[in-house]
Amino acid sequence: MTQNNAAEHNHDIHRDDVGSKMGMWLFLITELLLFGGLFLVYAVYRFTFPEQFSLAAMELNTTVGTLNTIILLTSSLTVALSIAALQKKNKFLSVIFLVLTEIFALEFMVNKYFEWSAKISHGIYPGSEELLNRSDGEILFFGLYYTMTGIHGLHVIIGMVLLFIMMILIIKNKITSDNLISLENSGLYWHLVDLIWIFLFPLFYLIN
Amino acid sequence: MANENETVLAEKSFLEEGTTKKATGIASWIFSTDHKRIGILYLASISIFFLVGATLGVLMRLELIAPGRTIMDAQTYNQAFTLHGVIMIFLFIIPGIPAVFGNFFLPIQIGAKDVAFPRLNLLSWWIYLIGAIIALVAIVSPGGAADTGWTFYIPYSVRTGTNVSTAIMAAFILGFSSMLTGINFVTTVHRMRAPGMKWFRLPLFIWSTYATAWIQIIATPIIAITIVLVILERLFGVGVFDPSIGGDPILYQHLFWIYSHPAVYIMILPAMGIVSEIIPTFSRRTIFGYKAIAMSSLAIAFVGYLVWAHHMFTSGMSETALVVFSLLTFLVALPSGVKVFNWIATMYKGSIDPKPPFLWVMNFIVLFSIGGLTGLVLGSLATDIHLHDTYFVVAHFHYVMFGGTGTIFFAALYYWFPKMFGKMYNMKIASFSAAMFFISFNLLYFPKFILGYQGMPRRYYDYLPQFTDLQVISTVGSWFMFVTILLIFGNLIYSLFKGKKASSNPWGGVTLDWHIASPPPLENFDEIPTVTHDPYDFSQLKEMEYDSK
Repeated sequence: MTQNNAAEHNHDIHRDDVGSKMGMWLFLITELLLFGGLFLVYAVYRFTFPEQFSLAAMELNTTVGTLNTIILLTSSLTVALSIAALQKKNKFLSVIFLVLTEIFALEFMVNKYFEWSAKISHGIYPGSEELLNRSDGEILFFGLYYTMTGIHGLHVIIGMVLLFIMMILIIKNKITSDNLISLENSGLYWHLVDLIWIFLFPLFYLIN
Repeated sequence: MANENETVLAEKSFLEEGTTKKATGIASWIFSTDHKRIGILYLASISIFFLVGATLGVLMRLELIAPGRTIMDAQTYNQAFTLHGVIMIFLFIIPGIPAVFGNFFLPIQIGAKDVAFPRLNLLSWWIYLIGAIIALVAIVSPGGAADTGWTFYIPYSVRTGTNVSTAIMAAFILGFSSMLTGINFVTTVHRMRAPGMKWFRLPLFIWSTYATAWIQIIATPIIAITIVLVILERLFGVGVFDPSIGGDPILYQHLFWIYSHPAVYIMILPAMGIVSEIIPTFSRRTIFGYKAIAMSSLAIAFVGYLVWAHHMFTSGMSETALVVFSLLTFLVALPSGVKVFNWIATMYKGSIDPKPPFLWVMNFIVLFSIGGLTGLVLGSLATDIHLHDTYFVVAHFHYVMFGGTGTIFFAALYYWFPKMFGKMYNMKIASFSAAMFFISFNLLYFPKFILGYQGMPRRYYDYLPQFTDLQVISTVGSWFMFVTILLIFGNLIYSLFKGKKASSNPWGGVTLDWHIASPPPLENFDEIPTVTHDPYDFSQLKEMEYDSK
């Protein structure tokens, strides 16, 4: 590890991009482990109730799931393009790509909203009479479905807020082509949100 | 000696000069991004919670002085031991050494001006404070304090009407604080070391804090998600842990201990690092087996991650799992043994100076060894069946946690107090309180080994008459302990205001923290030092300002 001594001299604005990125990656490890706990719980119950899990999975709308996967993957691309645009000093394009990302994220959440409300209107939600009459595996499947997609949805919202702040900072010239570590880190966070969805999608929608 | 230090003292210390616009007042502390001020903020808040937790402990002991009701009813007793556990674990012992001494000394010992993310560091303290406030809200709001024990075992934690959700929310938030501190420390050690501060020149306190920081990062998310699941279970009845709809309460225990066992090493590893600092300083001899000690910290962090199920030997597991977890548990004793033997070897033929910090370390070695060896009794399957959930377990973990980490918390306070505040305390009282601690500690906790062996279960409100004698001894010990704790803190608080000025190097230490003024200036070093010596190379002492008297 080499020291960034040039930055060290001016201590008032201590800046260490490699350090910031390292900190972000460490944070992402904690996020992965957080979901790791959920995947563990999922694995245990999938192993205990294999048939009932596939039965319940057939009730989820694969079309909406696929659509959301495409949307989220594309939004990951637009974030990366936004960073690339800023690196090439094109502030306008960078902001446009962030706006696009926000729109995709919003679209994802809207789809999620309709998906959830459809299920809830059918009386399928934790603790509902309809659900409690079903088998244990199905109850757990939907319990986990709401928990895991819910916590993921929360991360989407946090990511949206984060990217919105980045957008403001770019417009205000606080983030520029030679100081874009916070944009890069927010991008990393967004990729994580995307990555987790890529695992959630097959686990809930495809394996049945 | 005063003359020598005049040039150093002319410079303003971090106590007089802050990072905030306003130079004085409480705002210059609670909004300061200076790692030293944040360390002291933690010290103040953690000490207060320690005293609250200790008071609860004394009250519980008082209740147990005689069979039947003495001063509180059974429900209050349940809430008291839960609170005692939650406060001591989440508010005192987990943040204790890393947040206080790690914050203060990690940047100094590696030759940096601050941690990698100073603002994040301040945020961590605020999150800690918010978590603590929520924990207090859980006590006073309707429903009453949680009565589940600090482990929040399912299904009772879902069924009870007390404020479990709020209490575990507090634990969730405190976990966040701990995680952010971990991220900060790992990055700092990687990125901020002074020129010449190679990995194998890092003081051993840094090595152990570094290993701890990794556990904080890797283990804490698991408890976070487990807590979220319990809260969801209470609010919506998701069913993940509810056996009536297919959920598995044992799964909760696994998830809980996947964090909470590594957390034990979050508590003890930094303490071991401080032992490795104090012993060379007071033996005037370089540490024996530097690399072995450094690597054993990492080994403990790694193996400690894989032994969680030894808390669940009676919960129901396959025979294979039982044997594997028991074996792995025994493996932890190896790196721990490496450390203890190296410490003893360091003292061999050293020029030992039994000042108070060293006496505290002696307390540690004896108490921690008792705690560690009784841990092996609990780690082996057959004996654990007999002793599981008895006072034996209570005695064991108080010996390792309080006798281990708690003792070193005091050792570190007495070692670094002159550096942190530039004041010296009363040596005689300090040595006396260390001795008092040893006596009252054993009076308080040793009877519990015997009680547990005789079959007294933990967390019981009442007991059979034949246990009375030992319970009384233990309660009397708790009074001695309380007086000792007041003495420990009283001595320091008095010296804070009335103590004599401390020199920059009262003990003759050679790590970087002893090269700078006491208390340190705002930016620690005028110029980032270039490190040319091994951490415990006492030949440097000749060139340093040190008056051996």
